[in-house]
Amino acid sequence: MNDLEKAKESIIEDFALFDEWLDKYEYIIGLGKNLEMFPVELKTDDRLIKGCQSRVWLDTKVEDGRLYFRADSDAIITKGIISLLISVYNGRTAKEIASDDFAWIETLGLKENLSPTRAGGLASMISTIRREAEANV
Amino acid sequence: MKIQELRSRFPQLKESVYGKPLVYLDNAATSMRLDAVVDKWEQMSLKFNSNLHRAVHAMASKATEEYESARLATADFLNCSEKEIVFTSGATDSLNLLAFSLGESAFFEEGDEILICEGEHHSDIVPWQMLANHKSLLIKVLPINANGEIALSQLPELIGKRTKLCCVAHVSNVLGIINPVAEIARICHEKGCLLSVDGAQAVQHLKVDVRSLDCDFYSFSAHKMFAAPGVGVLYGKLGLLERLQPYQGGGEMIESVSWKGTSYAGVPHRFEAGTRNISSVPAIKPALAFLNDLFLDKEIIDYQENIIKYLLQELNSVPGLHLYGVPSDPSRKIPLFSFTVDGVHHEDLALVMDKMGIALRSGQMCAEPLMDRFGVSGMLRASFAPYNSMEEAEYFTASLKKAISMLK
Repeated sequence: MNDLEKAKESIIEDFALFDEWLDKYEYIIGLGKNLEMFPVELKTDDRLIKGCQSRVWLDTKVEDGRLYFRADSDAIITKGIISLLISVYNGRTAKEIASDDFAWIETLGLKENLSPTRAGGLASMISTIRREAEANV
Repeated sequence: MKIQELRSRFPQLKESVYGKPLVYLDNAATSMRLDAVVDKWEQMSLKFNSNLHRAVHAMASKATEEYESARLATADFLNCSEKEIVFTSGATDSLNLLAFSLGESAFFEEGDEILICEGEHHSDIVPWQMLANHKSLLIKVLPINANGEIALSQLPELIGKRTKLCCVAHVSNVLGIINPVAEIARICHEKGCLLSVDGAQAVQHLKVDVRSLDCDFYSFSAHKMFAAPGVGVLYGKLGLLERLQPYQGGGEMIESVSWKGTSYAGVPHRFEAGTRNISSVPAIKPALAFLNDLFLDKEIIDYQENIIKYLLQELNSVPGLHLYGVPSDPSRKIPLFSFTVDGVHHEDLALVMDKMGIALRSGQMCAEPLMDRFGVSGMLRASFAPYNSMEEAEYFTASLKKAISMLK
């Protein structure tokens, strides 16, 4: 198992620890609270992810072919969800991310347990990360 | 009636979500369906299905009788004549019909004004904006104060010579305040202005008497008053309806049709083109009968007053919580509570509380101008129906506090 797969597996295992969705939410909220501070000057319209009900900003930095993400949101659960994505894809090569199928997110069951607008927002976050990677391959 | 007996009439209240009992507090969006409504709908679908007003056969007369008796029951409910009741597909449809037909009927001249209350939801704003664009009319806004109450003292001066129509909700879907419709109607009429009232949020909670309110038009939806979706009502004073052009053409809305031209049927049928909602319209009857009983039920009325009192007190004691729509007279509040909590996003709260089994509404609630008025991106709303129990109210406030502590 490579490092990317290990990172996914670790989140899937964490999620499996909780039987109740309320506890899974508590876990996501915790991730949102612990997300690295996002500089206010980066909260620009071009960093806003379109299609989310709450506002989400994503900043991508490329160094030596690897992508580094920072993000923020005015809603803590959204922040927790993007934090999940960042913890898996941060520091990976553009090629690794672009060729990933993002299928592990489906196994978490998040989509079914979010409101339809939030599920749409999750899809927008994924496609933004994928697009950033494809642009840098 | 005891609350448990009342609850037993709404089968869906027994459902659970995420393994927890459902606490349904989104009644302003749609209410649960009464068992007798479902029975009537089933009877209309399985026994009396037939089209209306046209054929001579037995089933057609039975279906027509059921449909027209629903019109009579609705007229009784509102205290008006059955000729003044138009069945539509919902309150939004009623308002669109009214806007279109007024526009086609020489009520307005270019440059005339429509005065709309700041507390309205989109269904009582957008049809008027469309009409204004089409007929070169001006839209003016009747403001509300910080408590969410209509600035009644400003009303006389806002109705100018060119103001032909005023539009207000009986109860706003965000603020939950019962607006002084009779007083507004009196002021409007003194100034020669008509009054259209959106009653969508009122009919579940209040005994509405259109004669004593003296409004000119009154719109509401059946699905917000325990009946079936796809049915709405437009009440209009007979003399006014008779002056209105039809909204849609076709079916039995005509008197005679020829290639030279068409003459229309009388009111209210000229506003009911095409095949009507033949299963759901008759199903409004048991809901109206149920509500008529409920409005006289002292035990239920007292029970609900206690819930309102309890919730106002509890919500006001939550640190950082801002309640929108707090009338100076608490008896003018229906059990609908919209609020924000400092440092907590309304969507986060709604999502966490959903996992606790509580159905709430979050977001702009189809009232974007009102969100702008209060400077918020959205709110969380708990809207109670008469079948919601005190235990549910207590579970709601305890869950809200728990959710806030999780999110902060």
